[in-house]
Amino acid sequence: MIRRTKLTFDAQRWKAEEALAREGVSIMVCAGTGCIAGGAMAVYETLHRLCKEKGLPVSVSLSEHADDAVHLKKTGCHGFCEIGPLVNISPMNVIYTHVKPEDCEEIIEKTIKGGKVIQRLLFEEDGKKYKARDDIPFYLKQQRLILRECGLSNCEDIWEYIAKGGYSAFEKALFEMTDEQICMEVISSGLRGRGGGGFPTGKKWDSVRRQDSPVKYIVCNGDEGDPGAFMDEGIMEGNPHSILEGMMIAAIAVGAGSGYIYVRAEYPLAVDRLQKAIDQARDVGLLGENILGTEFSFDIRINRGAGAFVCGEGSALTASIEGNRGMPRTKPPRTVEKGLWAKPTVLNNVETFANIPYIINEGANAYRAIGNATSPGTKAFALAGNIRHTGLIEVPMGTTLREIIFDIGGGIKDGKKFKAVQIGGPSGGCLTEEHLDLPLDYDSLKHVGAIMGSGGLVVMDEDTCMAEVARFFMKFTQKESCGKCIPCREGTKRMLEALERIVGNEGSEEDIELLEELSDTISHTALCGLGQSACKPVQSTLRYFREDYERHVRDKFCPLCNGKPKVLQIDPEKCKGCSLCARNCPVEAITGEVKKPFVIDTEKCIRCNACVRNCKFGAIREV
Amino acid sequence: MLFDGDFTLTDQIVDSHECRRENLIGMMQDVQEHYKYLPPEVLVHLAGRLHISPGKVYSVATFYDRFSLEAKGKYILRVCDGTACHVRKSQPILEALQEHLGLNEKRVTSSDMLFTLETVACLGACGLAPVLTVNGEVHAKMTPEKAIALVESIRKEESK
Repeated sequence: MIRRTKLTFDAQRWKAEEALAREGVSIMVCAGTGCIAGGAMAVYETLHRLCKEKGLPVSVSLSEHADDAVHLKKTGCHGFCEIGPLVNISPMNVIYTHVKPEDCEEIIEKTIKGGKVIQRLLFEEDGKKYKARDDIPFYLKQQRLILRECGLSNCEDIWEYIAKGGYSAFEKALFEMTDEQICMEVISSGLRGRGGGGFPTGKKWDSVRRQDSPVKYIVCNGDEGDPGAFMDEGIMEGNPHSILEGMMIAAIAVGAGSGYIYVRAEYPLAVDRLQKAIDQARDVGLLGENILGTEFSFDIRINRGAGAFVCGEGSALTASIEGNRGMPRTKPPRTVEKGLWAKPTVLNNVETFANIPYIINEGANAYRAIGNATSPGTKAFALAGNIRHTGLIEVPMGTTLREIIFDIGGGIKDGKKFKAVQIGGPSGGCLTEEHLDLPLDYDSLKHVGAIMGSGGLVVMDEDTCMAEVARFFMKFTQKESCGKCIPCREGTKRMLEALERIVGNEGSEEDIELLEELSDTISHTALCGLGQSACKPVQSTLRYFREDYERHVRDKFCPLCNGKPKVLQIDPEKCKGCSLCARNCPVEAITGEVKKPFVIDTEKCIRCNACVRNCKFGAIREV
Repeated sequence: MLFDGDFTLTDQIVDSHECRRENLIGMMQDVQEHYKYLPPEVLVHLAGRLHISPGKVYSVATFYDRFSLEAKGKYILRVCDGTACHVRKSQPILEALQEHLGLNEKRVTSSDMLFTLETVACLGACGLAPVLTVNGEVHAKMTPEKAIALVESIRKEESK
């Protein structure tokens, strides 16, 4: 490790800036989870090999910069995973979609050497081709603040981060600001916790700062458990240094000496990138003892989760870092007083930390200019479900659902009708057509009984039965209930049973009442957020789509879940014409002549199955 | 890989985690990475090294979904049943694989110890839903037919 002072670090920064400014052509291959699944690494390797074979000098990081080299970079996620693998080429500012290893030869010959655009690799929608990424409708209404460098920067190179102004906020906080000033700046920025609760971040920091304790901790919650949400994954993979920088600034502000990042088990790539980033920061001298020649010492380690959704809850998460079962505890004391190892702890989520460098660099006022009055800044959302374009997006707070679904997401898939959107995953609620023009911010959402959650938006079309959706979420929460408190352990089980009865067309009106009663009880008595919010999907679907439940209970049939209604039919081959069925039919739906095949009038039939039970030849069946 | 009675690797793992109690989860993750499950003997050994009761180790091991106390197949298939994959019909994929491999919710590993079939709640590749992973490698935009073809190609490869 090199011991750097501010002076030598700034000199290095200047060198990196210089190298970046002289950078010629760069080929940026998207290396997010989505594009890698589509084969992006094979594209990267092929480009690397071909460049070498053709005698083009290649550099893969800023520190090995050479003026005439082609810069080959792995970047974070662009968010538009379905058109991946994506390759972005600058300074031409052209983005190629669905790139395969076979296309690499042409890319190098035509675009890199010849400066020409390959038309067939461009994104095309409604007959129009798009050369630059930001002209694509999916990006037009987005404002990418924390995801800005995702897709445009080498996510494995600290020097590129530094050359683009990275860690300057950290330097500012370290050399020019007091701990109190940092907390004040974050308070006046109005930043609220992006994990879902929306608690003011600055206030949290200030509470920890005021705690009289020689040992304090910074914990970053990367246990993004909501199924259908992957915003934090995108940041951890695509811009890991922004998270480290945010945590380091928090450490200065509260006087903490070590930090932990808790990453979900299912994100191996995020762990990998964060570890690389931490190692690089240590090498550069930004983490460790006496950072940049000051008294400030701070280090970060990663804890991998082991597959427990409840660990996204603060006290469960710290229990898990301590090596225990990840079970929440009763509060107070709050995490800011007694968090990790019973010491004062700042616990924020990934996206929250990623916002900090911008706030410190540009100031609270610049930050407040984005978003709306009660919820400043931007919010990343994961757009998924029955929508034309799925992906990771970032918009200013207060953007309406309509803009997100129809302008960015391109509307509902296959021309179907919009029915609802589930916001906040299994702890959130659903929003309907009447909410399409609702500005998405913490308070407006709370007002209609939904929550921001971490930012998962799952769009459902007219073919989705909301009772089934509620059952799906309840099954998830029930499985993830840690079992510590009775309301959640037993209550969610009973609720799931009732939902399964309803969806299985065996439920009754009492089951719906039971659901309402249990929802009310559990939401008031469960120990932690998981239990308290477990009933939200049921409550909100009952509120807006009661008909979906009623159909299952009343008609014992749901066209959305059960497909076409089944009818009874007599097989003329097997029917002997004994007339037994007709005699047993209570509604006289069966007619025919003796010794000839009988027929059922499906209009009259009430599906009592009396005929099926009485037929001695097994001639009547469901079709 | 089944446990062979040798604790050398376990000891190395414990040492690499500085033999600290709080790193128990990390140690078990490393053990599982090697054996693909947590052999009971290893858990007892871990408890001894960390000076805690085997019961304590078991309580942690059984709490987390990713830990398995049973041996797993060579290939671990995980069907994503996150919300995005669910609404894009991941359930039929799971059912098709269960039927094809003769498995169910209780019995998750095939008798030839080649495949273990699990579900997972969201892999963060929602743009490519529905997805399936084979030993961590993501396969995008799956259908029941594609999933079965994938399993068959692995089986063919293995019988060579």
